[in-house]
Amino acid sequence: MEGLLNAAVVMANFVIVPATAYGAQLALGALGVTLIFGILRFSNFAHGDTMAFGAAITILGVWALQGAGVSLFPVPTAILALPFGILATALLLLATDRGVYRFYRRQKANPIILVIVSIGVMFIMNGLVRFVIGTEEIRFDDGARFLVDVRGFREATGLAEGLAIRTAQVTTFLTAIVFVAALFWFLNRTRTGKSMRAFSDNEDLALLSGIDPERVVRVTWVIAAALAATAGVLYGLDKSFWPTTYFQLLLPIFAAAVVGGLGSPLGAIAGGFLVAFSEISVTYAFRRALGHLLPPDWMPAGLVQLLSTDYKFAVSFVILVIVLLFKPTGLFRGTSS
Amino acid sequence: MSATPPGARLAGAHLLGERMTGGYGASDILHECTIEARPGEIAVIVGPNGAGKSTAMKAVFGMLRLRGGRVTIGGEEITRLSPQDRVARGMAFVPQTHNIFPSMTVEENLEMGAFLRRDDIRPTMEQVYALFPILQEKRRQAAGELSGGQRQQVAVGRALMTQPRILMLDEPTAGVSPIVMDELFDRIIEIARTGLTILMVEQNARQALEIADRGYVLVQGRNAYSDTGAALLANPEVRRSFLGG
Repeated sequence: MEGLLNAAVVMANFVIVPATAYGAQLALGALGVTLIFGILRFSNFAHGDTMAFGAAITILGVWALQGAGVSLFPVPTAILALPFGILATALLLLATDRGVYRFYRRQKANPIILVIVSIGVMFIMNGLVRFVIGTEEIRFDDGARFLVDVRGFREATGLAEGLAIRTAQVTTFLTAIVFVAALFWFLNRTRTGKSMRAFSDNEDLALLSGIDPERVVRVTWVIAAALAATAGVLYGLDKSFWPTTYFQLLLPIFAAAVVGGLGSPLGAIAGGFLVAFSEISVTYAFRRALGHLLPPDWMPAGLVQLLSTDYKFAVSFVILVIVLLFKPTGLFRGTSS
Repeated sequence: MSATPPGARLAGAHLLGERMTGGYGASDILHECTIEARPGEIAVIVGPNGAGKSTAMKAVFGMLRLRGGRVTIGGEEITRLSPQDRVARGMAFVPQTHNIFPSMTVEENLEMGAFLRRDDIRPTMEQVYALFPILQEKRRQAAGELSGGQRQQVAVGRALMTQPRILMLDEPTAGVSPIVMDELFDRIIEIARTGLTILMVEQNARQALEIADRGYVLVQGRNAYSDTGAALLANPEVRRSFLGG
């Protein structure tokens, strides 16, 4: 019995808690991608670097607040600085749309052209982020480090294994829930939100109904900015901020959006958690958990790890390929492109 | 239209597309084609495949650049207006396909039809539900999950939510069963009785002319025959050429 509990704690500590936090970050990122795909009808490759930009500006805000002695302890100061990050990201995206995307939209450019354009935007944003904040790794999770720590957990439960839940992980999860709830309320209950869904469903009929396409596009960029900046900050809080990692996040985020069905917000959330749990459980060594369950002489010699962590991106890639082969519209019937 | 009190019965407007000439590219599809519809009337455009029926309707709605002729509603010239501006002037258009928001509920579809209105839309919604009771029953269901006939009802309902003076329907009975078709025609007659002007393109020529106050037979983008629906049905030439005897 105790072996089972210990195994469960090991799993919770190394798989469930980290994957939940990571899944929430991917879900927020994928929501932004799916929203832009639904309304503007292209895959936005600049989304990862948009996340980096939001996080970079938020970090500047954190430093300013820390300098002024403002703190939200035990909650990380980043949550207080996040609105600045969102605002700056929204302005950046609106300016990008004005200066770049609108030109191609007016030409009724093919979606693949917009994808290529977004890759160009990605490089520029990437440079901008490095220019603003540098290329160094930055840690900015300044709140209380742990909500539940290993020693405290061991003493409280008397188990051999410990469980650690970091403040950043809980903050991530709660913030994601608040944002997702607000987004769904907006899309399903407000006039503007409904007009966005209408536009995504049937652009021509939306025009005939008097919906202003440019307004829908602007609102979409602002929401995408909020989602991207938040996802970027939460990821940086949980791991650390490093401009390059956000580019690498693009693959799992797209995998999440595609698995759920591009254009489907619910699908993006489900996809985010699916990718996160797959990635972490496929690259996790189960030996320690098995140690609590199996008799000593049954113990496998190896680590019981399916893939080395170096291959974690392969997981997203495999998921992407499988979905595109067998269910191109995704689990929640999005648009196939 | 915003000046109208909520729930009021709206008078239709006289619609005239006069000697319309134009096409999508370099060559013309319509040649001096004239279409007219009066308040409370149903005008129907029929003709063989490729006769320019839908094109004539699109020309009236401003989805086609005219090189000649003009379009007026209630005597006011609207030839240069965009389709969106024509919607604001009281025209509503139900396209043949892609005429609903499939992932949205029936009620949300109707709400989107009334997007431009700032007054209370509930009385109009009640009118639509009274006209199509099945929609009230399914109002919380996604429109894309409904049957073909029910989708057409959603599409017509969405158009009516703008409180139009002129309702234009592009083949409303395409792809629905004969029973559903009769049902839809009955509803269209009911809508016309409220005083609206209705212009309709139809493939089912015989049934459409039966309910038409005015019929236009187009051939190669020109008016071949124009008369009342009953007269066209009785015309031996029209019967032989277009109604299969």
